[in-house]
Amino acid sequence: MTDLTDLGVAALRDGIAGGDFTAVEAAEAFNANIAAAGVLNAFIVATPEHALESARKVDADRAAGKTLGKLAGVPIGMKDLFATKGVQTTAASHILEGFTPEYESTVSQKLWDAGAGMLGKLNLDQFAMGSSNETSYFGNVISPWRRCDGGNAAMAPGGSSGGSSAAVSARLCPAATGTDTGGSIRQPAAFTGISGIKPTYGRCSRWGIVAFASSLDQAGPMARDVRDCAIMLEAMAGFDPKDTTSLDLSVPAWEAGLNANLKGKKVGIPREYRVEGLDADVAKSWDDGVAWLKDAGAEVIDISLPHTKYALPAYYIIAPAEASSNLARYDGVRYGLRDLPDGANLQDMYAATRAAGFGAEVKRRILIGTYVLSAGFYDAYYTQAQKVRTLISHDFKNAFTECDVILAPTTPTGAFGLGEMVSDPLAMYLNDVFAVPASLAGLPAMSVPAGLNREGLPLGLQIVGRPFDEQGVLNAGLAIEQRAGFTARPGKWW
Amino acid sequence: MSVDTATVAKIASLARIKVTEGELEAMVPELNGILAWVEQLGEVDVTGIEPMTAVIENQLRLRADVIGADPLTGGGIREQVLANAPVAEHGFFGVPKVIE
Repeated sequence: MTDLTDLGVAALRDGIAGGDFTAVEAAEAFNANIAAAGVLNAFIVATPEHALESARKVDADRAAGKTLGKLAGVPIGMKDLFATKGVQTTAASHILEGFTPEYESTVSQKLWDAGAGMLGKLNLDQFAMGSSNETSYFGNVISPWRRCDGGNAAMAPGGSSGGSSAAVSARLCPAATGTDTGGSIRQPAAFTGISGIKPTYGRCSRWGIVAFASSLDQAGPMARDVRDCAIMLEAMAGFDPKDTTSLDLSVPAWEAGLNANLKGKKVGIPREYRVEGLDADVAKSWDDGVAWLKDAGAEVIDISLPHTKYALPAYYIIAPAEASSNLARYDGVRYGLRDLPDGANLQDMYAATRAAGFGAEVKRRILIGTYVLSAGFYDAYYTQAQKVRTLISHDFKNAFTECDVILAPTTPTGAFGLGEMVSDPLAMYLNDVFAVPASLAGLPAMSVPAGLNREGLPLGLQIVGRPFDEQGVLNAGLAIEQRAGFTARPGKWW
Repeated sequence: MSVDTATVAKIASLARIKVTEGELEAMVPELNGILAWVEQLGEVDVTGIEPMTAVIENQLRLRADVIGADPLTGGGIREQVLANAPVAEHGFFGVPKVIE
């Protein structure tokens, strides 16, 4: 029998529906892989019983001849930023350690309603702030990938959805949820040779997702291929009256609409992304992507996104500003950690609790956000950044009068080693330089694997689409996937 | 604009985060590095440009004016609300004494 953990979402769903194997067998196989992969630290909490219970129900429903859900019997990993009823939800922080929600996030509930089961809660950067999964209170996630130099340096799985990327790429789960504020789905997907899509802002409900920067946060799937992403996204998306920015639109049949024939489509290549000193392997994979999309029938044109270089600094004002406001709720009163020194008053308790409960990067961003929002600096920093954000959005609008999708690298380099970047927060931020513009404009964007670099590590290509055109993004992703022939996977060393 | 130790101490106090002297010393150059970098935004001509308020145009909705229309976000769930409180007493959140 094939190893069920080699199967993706579509193959598991179809195999269970067709009776080739049971949902319980699939859950057991992934549970076993997770139990044997503790060294990767991809999960904060494993929930094998949750996966088995959902699987038993699917098997019983199938035996009874009931209609099965879109993800019936598919066990998945849940980023520990989604509130899950009765299961600890930490955002990888000490301040939420032990927090056990009394409710379920909309996105996770939709996945359970579709028949998926939960293998566990995945590690991430603390409050989703980070690009390497080194800011988690629960320790670094180690990528299953290693450089091809024969060494065993621990590599970063990307971030913030680093547990998700490591787990999918190591075959600990066929798919996982991620969230993307400034690249947190696409960058880890690129670093680990998997696919991931951030839909249009508002497609997936934010209700029950621990908030980082509310005008940017958007959930999306991470999986081994484009089809699996489409299946997952269909289950995750949809209008939710509990989220004021939720889009009141029906969910398209993205999987059924997949079509890699790009005849008549125009692909824009933004010249501002070809930065000086661009990594040679990244530049080559971008050229490969252009050739593949041409081969799929698309016309490739040069476009300009003139404000690209200002996207990252604008992001590092807007996101911390929103974070400083959102994270004000952690005060040691209603949930989570409380640090009450002897004789402390209420204000002392707040300050002590937040000092003990937040990690260094979270504090750094709260302080920046507090500063840029403070009296006298608000206009110079925050208002200016929001104006630049408008210009960045205009750039994309103009570009989409000429082209249907945009092709660019996902990241400026392949994965780096754990510890290689932590001493310089700015250098770490620059890793998201290609991912952040689409986040600021709320556009659908996806990363698909393109090949390996000279170090034997995966590189991703990014496709950005018009608002609501996830289908166009998925289709271009599929065209690349079919031509890239990316079959590399990390050798099992754990 | 750059920050000094006193400014960082004030921001930390506004943000209700207790910081030690050592942490303050370390944060000053870090924050200054980031602030110097974001200052390049000042060179962008934003004449006549409105600051962004909504990334995807969307109509804000009003919910039906019905108490507890959504059982998840309506009232009558005191036990659930208090379930994760560090200190809950007599059906309330417990905090240190605030009135002498």
